[in-house]
Amino acid sequence: MGKFVQLVVDGLSTGSVYGALALAIVLVHQATGLINFAQGGMAVLSAYVVWVLTNQGLPLIVAILIAIVFSVVFGALVERWLMRRFERGDPDTAVVVTIGLLTLITGVAGWLWTYNNQQFPSLFSLDTVSFLGVSVSVRSLGTTAVIVVAMLLLQGLFVGTKLGLALRAVAINPQSAAFSGLNVGRLLMVGWGLAAALGAVAAVLVAPQLTLTPGMLDNALVYALAAVILGGLTSPIGVVVAAWIIGILENLAAVYVPFIGFDLKVAVPFILIFVVLLVRPQGLFGRKNVVRV
Amino acid sequence: MTLLELEGVTASYGPVQVLDGVSLTVPEQGAVGILGANGAGKTTTLRAISGTVRAGGRITFDGKDIRGLRPDQVAALGIAHVPEGRGTLGDLTVRDNLRVGAYLRKDRKGVEEDIDYCLDLFPNLKERITSNASALSGGEQQMLAVGRAIMSKPRLMLLDEASLGLAPSTAKNVYDAIRRLRVESGIAMVVVEQNANLAFTLVDSATVLETGRNALTGTSAELKGMDEIRRAYLGG
Repeated sequence: MGKFVQLVVDGLSTGSVYGALALAIVLVHQATGLINFAQGGMAVLSAYVVWVLTNQGLPLIVAILIAIVFSVVFGALVERWLMRRFERGDPDTAVVVTIGLLTLITGVAGWLWTYNNQQFPSLFSLDTVSFLGVSVSVRSLGTTAVIVVAMLLLQGLFVGTKLGLALRAVAINPQSAAFSGLNVGRLLMVGWGLAAALGAVAAVLVAPQLTLTPGMLDNALVYALAAVILGGLTSPIGVVVAAWIIGILENLAAVYVPFIGFDLKVAVPFILIFVVLLVRPQGLFGRKNVVRV
Repeated sequence: MTLLELEGVTASYGPVQVLDGVSLTVPEQGAVGILGANGAGKTTTLRAISGTVRAGGRITFDGKDIRGLRPDQVAALGIAHVPEGRGTLGDLTVRDNLRVGAYLRKDRKGVEEDIDYCLDLFPNLKERITSNASALSGGEQQMLAVGRAIMSKPRLMLLDEASLGLAPSTAKNVYDAIRRLRVESGIAMVVVEQNANLAFTLVDSATVLETGRNALTGTSAELKGMDEIRRAYLGG
């Protein structure tokens, strides 16, 4: 029993990291209608900013705050100077551009900081607390808590604020949004900037565990995309819950289903997605698109 | 007092010149129609005003030169464009569509009152207030598009083919409501319409465009009396 709970809690913690990245992807999708494959790469870049700053002797929390500001600016600039050129054209082209951006960022990070694994300081202590006979790391709890807060903030942003409504309006129909006086360009930059900040949070949370490399979040991105599809592209709460399910199932399957083991556990979320999408094409929490012609 | 004035406005899509010197004068609280065949430049004239197509010539609103402004800047001055094809925000509810229309306003109470006014003007929308716009019928979407424009409290509304694709009775309902809006709000209007009969129920005067130029301009009564207008646009 103790082992089971331990696996669930660990799964929750890794699931939270997938969830953070998934939230960033949902944010960009809600604000621009695009899936940004470079979200993980941009997040890793932010983690490198933290790493460089702490190596200069800055306290971790200060370095993280600076990196978040850097991410907002970087995300906004990527939108303004790169994505803007492709947003009015074929959406497929824009998505391929984000894949190119991922490759570019990974390459530049490797060139600047090598592909070696770098030790990354942890925001939360590695101590464990005992709870009902199960020992849980403070890091797992902290990671999960941060993601829950981010998820609630994002849900509140989309559902409860004028800015959230404006971001969604711009994604759905930029021209109509402009006719109502929305500054489309600025709102797109805001969406990308906020998403990049979320990505930075995800990267900082996971880097101590995975150690920092340019491709650190490549796997996490795959899981995050799985969570986005599973949870439904329109629901921040949905994608985080989906990310948790994926994290937990992956852990449990690796231990309890003999033929899966650690080598095959990557397949678990995809089998799950396959089954879910057969039954609910809009995802577990997504809204069904009803279009009347 | 003139609210909107176009003088010698030109516009082209790539090498194709669509507007070749269009003029138009809309008085404060007036309603002017733009008639003409397909491809005459009616929609492009509206797009030139709202800043969605680059235009030459002179476009002044309330005495200010607005040519070259971005669409959101034009909207902020009090010009609401109801585009051809309605442009409702499909994934948002009817209420959220109306709230987006009021994006630039700060008076929360006034916004709620105006939502109520839109629902009173278009009672069909009342039952659909929590539906997504994409689930509405064509007529309801057109009503929502006009409602969204009302929400910005404009001084001038640009209406593009509000009857397009609607059953005749629905089109008449939409125009009846717009006429009531005109009387009650005093919003000035530029009305692009294929169905000239419908347009003349709303506008005081109109201009007929032919290949990007004004071919004829006059009051509704004058134009309705002309044989060539009757033959070309009024069906008999």
